[in-house]
Amino acid sequence: MDFSLSEEHRMIVETARRFVEEELYPYEAEVEESDTLRPELAAQIREKSIELGLYAANMPEELGGGGLDTVSMCLLDRELGRANMALNYTVARPSNILQACEGEQREKYLFPCIRGEKVDCLAMTEPGAGSDVRSMSCKAERDGDDFVINGVKHFISHADWADFVILFAATGEEETPRGPRKKITSFLVDKGWPGFTVRQGYKNVSHRGYHNFILEFDDCRVPSSQVLGVVDQGFDVANDWLGATRLQVAALSLGRCHRALEQSLDWAVERKQFGQQISKFQGVSFKLADMKMRLHAAELLVMEAAWKHEQGAMEDMDAAMAKLAATEALAFIADEAIQIHGGMGLMSDLPLERIWRDARVERIWEGTSEIQRHIISRSLLRPLGG
Amino acid sequence: MKVLVPVKRVVDYNVKIRVKPDQTGVETANVKMSMNPFDEIAVEQAVRLKEAGTATEIVAVSIGPTQSQETIRTALAMGADRGILVEADADVEPLAIAKMLKAIVEKEGPELVLLGKQAIDDDSNQTGQMLAALMGWPQATFASKVEMKDGSMDVTREVDGGLETINVKLPAALTVDLRLNEPRYASLPNIMKAKKKPIDTMSPADLGVEPAKRLEVLKVVEPEKRQGGAKVESVAELVDKLKNEAKVI
Repeated sequence: MDFSLSEEHRMIVETARRFVEEELYPYEAEVEESDTLRPELAAQIREKSIELGLYAANMPEELGGGGLDTVSMCLLDRELGRANMALNYTVARPSNILQACEGEQREKYLFPCIRGEKVDCLAMTEPGAGSDVRSMSCKAERDGDDFVINGVKHFISHADWADFVILFAATGEEETPRGPRKKITSFLVDKGWPGFTVRQGYKNVSHRGYHNFILEFDDCRVPSSQVLGVVDQGFDVANDWLGATRLQVAALSLGRCHRALEQSLDWAVERKQFGQQISKFQGVSFKLADMKMRLHAAELLVMEAAWKHEQGAMEDMDAAMAKLAATEALAFIADEAIQIHGGMGLMSDLPLERIWRDARVERIWEGTSEIQRHIISRSLLRPLGG
Repeated sequence: MKVLVPVKRVVDYNVKIRVKPDQTGVETANVKMSMNPFDEIAVEQAVRLKEAGTATEIVAVSIGPTQSQETIRTALAMGADRGILVEADADVEPLAIAKMLKAIVEKEGPELVLLGKQAIDDDSNQTGQMLAALMGWPQATFASKVEMKDGSMDVTREVDGGLETINVKLPAALTVDLRLNEPRYASLPNIMKAKKKPIDTMSPADLGVEPAKRLEVLKVVEPEKRQGGAKVESVAELVDKLKNEAKVI
């Protein structure tokens, strides 16, 4: 068993860390305060990250991407995750599902996303279909060689930056032993097509500058050439390509855990009360010990899951445990970091209140903590008939 | 023109240095190690020479423990073509390093050896000068600007009184100062390419050098803690303190 990072891993981390510190940190205050990412700033970050090969690093080399394996990608995401989400997501990691593009779709969607000419977003969630995603009511009905889409999606991240949406819609129903089940198909829909409207989403506590949107489809007609993958098999396409997305949320969370812990360590040795460093008080030092332990445990789970993914051996439970551990470690660490800092921790001068706010969404999106626990327990119990 | 760039693995410049309790040196266990920052500047300069078409091949050399391979790999990811690792103790003295570099120079035949002006761990600032002397080469130290000419180079040096520009004939040893350039960081594609670049490994004996110790370290201690300043109420009080406490007037 070898837990050490390779030389490439180490160098990727170094390059990514320096990029984050030099190109992203200086703009955090601006984005947090204005809740906006200026287009010129986004262009600047995009250009610099393309130059360094950090852009679309998740995509295979033969498609023009960075060709990073899953462990390297998690390390890169961990480093990028240290910075504000709007800034770090400008270094795009196009959805892996775009690799299911075929024929002309590759030229129109996949390659431009890898080159930084187009941005994708992904629409699954609906007001009435959250964790129970298969209950979606957005539907696509066949009409000749076209599909006519009707319905509403919400919580769709960065739909403002996106040029097109990877949309999941119901295309019928099938009977299964456990009752009727919706058949889902994935579509590529360009913004600006008649019948497709993007509306401002909800103001929320996490990720300033990185917004969510509501997508409305009203008799939006798309040709069948826009189907991504196979009709009625949208979930299979999603399962084939989106397995590592939970690891991405986990890795981004780890980055923030590291930053909060580092900030807390510095503060604990700098800050003096009652005539000594507050790190000398066990009330503080034991918190630091627990933070480190929780972070390290989560990191090991993430890295192991990533390694298994690379071997083609990752199970649902592995990704679920990694995501659950990392996002819950972040909640704990962000909260304790603020407690160690006292009142100062709540001030926007430090990144902690931001990390604390941002932490909250991580236990909800990409499968809530409860869904992750369901996946883990199901994997344990199903073989026993439970 | 072939360029040789020696690179040293040192404690990262961001690390807060701790002295070992037995006062024999500084703690390096579980401490982040990186390429000496001045060597990074040397690598960057070599890569720029190659991009300008002046240099044809860049060879990065490191002399130190096995892990120095990481330092070489970083140089390869920045743009060096191949590496040479001489496996030795971590604390080989500058003269022995210079002798080993001489042996490598004689074997490789570079026209230019680009070095950092000093390593940030021991601050010796000797290797480049010693190598030039051993080779009978001209040396240009503390370079803040380099202009290549036909068979020579104009080097602007940072000296106490200002800037001095000299012309040295090649082959030569050039040591670089902080303001020469800003080193790039390795891009992802170059990190991937570095994986495939070759690194030769050898020992000091292979180079015919016995890295014997000539210097004895008596002790290493932390710098004295600085005392915080104090405000005085009046000129009289200041004079009194200078006279009676500091005893300087």
